[in-house]
Amino acid sequence: MDRRSRGPATTDILEVKNLKAYYLMNYFGISREVRAVDDITMNVRKNEVYGIAGESSSGKTSFIKVLAAAIRPPLRVVGGSATFSFGNQTVDVGSASPEEIEAIRWRHLSYIMQGSMSVLNPVRRIGRIFEDFAMRPLGLTGSAFRQRVIEHLGHLKLGPEVLTAYPHELSGGMRQRVTIGLATVCKPEFIIADEPTTALDVVVQKDVLALIRNLQREMGSSIIFVTHDMSVHANMADRVGIIYAGRLVEEAPTRELFQSPKHPYTAHLVASLPRIGDTTQRPALEGRPPNLAEPPPGCRFHPRCPLAIDICRKEVPPLETVAPDHRTACWRWREVEPLVPVAPVRTAEVIA
Amino acid sequence: MFAVIKDLIRYNAEFAIGLLLSSIIVLLALLSFFSPIDPTRVYSVLPDVPPSADFWFGTNSRGQDLFWQVTFALRNSLTFGLIVAVLSRVISITVGLLSGYLGGWVDRGLMFVNDIFVAVPVFPILVLFYFVLRDKLDSTMLALIMACMGWPFDARLIRSVTLGLKHREFTRHAVFAGMSTRKILLEEHLPYVMPIIFSTALANMIWSIGLEVTLAVLGFTDSNVPTIGTMLYWANKHSALVVGVWWWILIPVVFVVIMFVGLFLLAVSLNEYIDPRSRLRRMGA
Amino acid sequence: MTALLDISHVSKSFQMGGILSRRRVDAVQDVSFTLEVGKPEIFTIIGESGSGKTTLARMILGLERPSAGEIRFRGEPVTHANRAERLKFMANVQPVFQNPFEAFNPLKRVDRYLESTARRFLKARSSAEVGAAMDGALQKVGLSLAEVRGRFAHELSGGQLQRVAIARALIPNPPLLIADEPVSMVDASLRMSIVNLLRKLRDDLGVSVIYITHDLATAYYISDRIVIMQKGKVVEMGPARAILDRPEHPYSQLLKASVLSADDAGAGKLGAAADLMALSDSLLSAPRSSLAERPDGRLVRVYAAA
Repeated sequence: MDRRSRGPATTDILEVKNLKAYYLMNYFGISREVRAVDDITMNVRKNEVYGIAGESSSGKTSFIKVLAAAIRPPLRVVGGSATFSFGNQTVDVGSASPEEIEAIRWRHLSYIMQGSMSVLNPVRRIGRIFEDFAMRPLGLTGSAFRQRVIEHLGHLKLGPEVLTAYPHELSGGMRQRVTIGLATVCKPEFIIADEPTTALDVVVQKDVLALIRNLQREMGSSIIFVTHDMSVHANMADRVGIIYAGRLVEEAPTRELFQSPKHPYTAHLVASLPRIGDTTQRPALEGRPPNLAEPPPGCRFHPRCPLAIDICRKEVPPLETVAPDHRTACWRWREVEPLVPVAPVRTAEVIA
Repeated sequence: MFAVIKDLIRYNAEFAIGLLLSSIIVLLALLSFFSPIDPTRVYSVLPDVPPSADFWFGTNSRGQDLFWQVTFALRNSLTFGLIVAVLSRVISITVGLLSGYLGGWVDRGLMFVNDIFVAVPVFPILVLFYFVLRDKLDSTMLALIMACMGWPFDARLIRSVTLGLKHREFTRHAVFAGMSTRKILLEEHLPYVMPIIFSTALANMIWSIGLEVTLAVLGFTDSNVPTIGTMLYWANKHSALVVGVWWWILIPVVFVVIMFVGLFLLAVSLNEYIDPRSRLRRMGA
Repeated sequence: MTALLDISHVSKSFQMGGILSRRRVDAVQDVSFTLEVGKPEIFTIIGESGSGKTTLARMILGLERPSAGEIRFRGEPVTHANRAERLKFMANVQPVFQNPFEAFNPLKRVDRYLESTARRFLKARSSAEVGAAMDGALQKVGLSLAEVRGRFAHELSGGQLQRVAIARALIPNPPLLIADEPVSMVDASLRMSIVNLLRKLRDDLGVSVIYITHDLATAYYISDRIVIMQKGKVVEMGPARAILDRPEHPYSQLLKASVLSADDAGAGKLGAAADLMALSDSLLSAPRSSLAERPDGRLVRVYAAA
């Protein structure tokens, strides 16, 4: 099913406006302001998989922590808003009260975290863990609750015997499926997935990704899918947003992002993916991501950018729309070309 | 470093109070170097004078100025505590690091010895030493003996930290970089162990001084050397409370309480500072 | 001429469980291959978790003893009796591990390890000699001593740390490098510089690398030979491009089919190859199997007719 073209935008389920979240530290002789999320504006539509790509220390983890209403001092929201619309209620997670957050957590907004073992309590059986997370949001008890959980596990190809097992008795793939089940059993409208398959084997990963996508389509939920692995985005996301140094630098529908990126960083990310059947030298990005406590002036990518000119060092490029649904923040976006030919090399497939 | 201390004082009430109290004690202890009177001499001033302008802390029934007695007492007690703390740290670090890193028979043997020392009750042993050594049991000897009894708990603690460090990847890297075991233990692992050493050292001081006070009050130490414990011993011997010389009991008790509370608050707040997670919690609050 | 590294019918089993219920886990079963002297190559071991690849790497480094079979480096066994022999071995075989952030003590500066390696293995004495050795190795990986001197691990990125780790491993000029998943914890954008570096080590410096990974794409990109392992057994082994272009064993085909590619971006082909999965699972319990040689030089595990 090709999701390349979207019709007129349906109502947005998440609206992020000029969101700023910094780590403010001023004690013990250290005074630091780390600008983890620095003015991000984006929307997520209903029934959409929005991929977020970025390196470690790009601020993407802080960004989704804000969205998940899971931040604690010294990380604070210092400006902007991130507003969810669930049915007839709207909640700005940057300024909502703990009671409002509790009301939407798990029932409308849930998350799948990286490393399933740290989510699952190793000394509690899976059945009990489901009760801990989902009993109150679902509002069911006893056998009704159990029935619902078993039915949901069936969608994930897990049998009811999983409920009496401890986490360490299950394989890595099964544990991650349990984690996905936990996050989706209340059929939330919005799911945040943070590197859900990074620790998994290749075969299991593809399986788990297919599972997440099928669940998403069935439930009509929206997912923000965070990973630094571009090949996962290529196969999962409807739209992809690239975060670099706390800022959103490009956002486009998946196919367009890969075939005609309009930001040098994106072009590099796409070009550096190795492919079976192709041994041409892959370009590698020089330098390293900037220190968010002292980011470079102007465009934050300019120290590593092959197209950097004078204006890039002085002024921050605005995020502007350069094509339908395609935004980029680069002064020279017209000159950005894909670095290696992207036309797929069709080798004879072995599987039918 | 000073910025850190300034911030600690500003935001951590326990540290500020602990620092204040400990400074009072240390100041008094240092004053003992300027004392005009030899503290071991008796009947050098008018006995049984309550606290007044001439004698700030009063005098006792033995004719000693309590103010200078206290300064010497604090100096001796602090020195005693420091000696025990330092010596027992050395033993516990050695045992803990070797046991944790080398494992095998070394570990089993050392921990066997360790557990024996844990099980043995300290106080009766010290009394036994007193009865055997009598006059030869001076402060230094007592400090040595207590150092030998005060290491086992911390050795186990250090051992568990070392066990954890052994399996971390940088240890493997260090091995392949050709570092000898000694170098790895002293340069790679010891910095992790130091925060524990520091906070347990303060706790160890409190323990050893407390034990020394107990022994002294019961008369099991050299009663001529002025320490907090011996002051109380003499006060007891002269039935100070019955006679009405209440300040003889009160003054040493007040100061030993100040010393303990000060050291304890310092230990607690430094402990909290050293652990990055609790430090961050306090910073964000 | 003795081979550089000779792995001969090596197996390793572990006993798991307590006193009453013991279970034997066969981590590695009957693996054999050889790396030649004078022919630097990148030899890749591909496997998922539980395939035994890390156990095999540990055995090659002498950190574990094989339950059966022998591993010899230049004719000598890799487990050593005393420290002197072990140091001689470490001067020739160096590891690069998976986690660059854990590879260095966070409380200490990273150049310590470089310095220690130079002093111990190159017998460098004066600080000038040591500095020159460190700088030389760092230049080979695209860094310099000026950049790295005095830095702590948290000041460098994952890619830089891994390069420093590789530089450290190169200081004694070892003919063999064992790289255990060196890029899996490095960000995607920095990954290719490390992978390109491994290629350069083979081409320009003549270092043989045993590259352990689960990522077929990078394996295709740089390997000369590969061995695919499943649950401790060798499933397919031989020339890399031939095997990855046309995998023969069902498990190899399954691995290739599970690789996500950026071609058809947005079309989202996530259908799992269920038939291949079922087939390779069932083959795991087949009673008799052996490695058959094919004309293009590869070895494939074939199963005796039921």
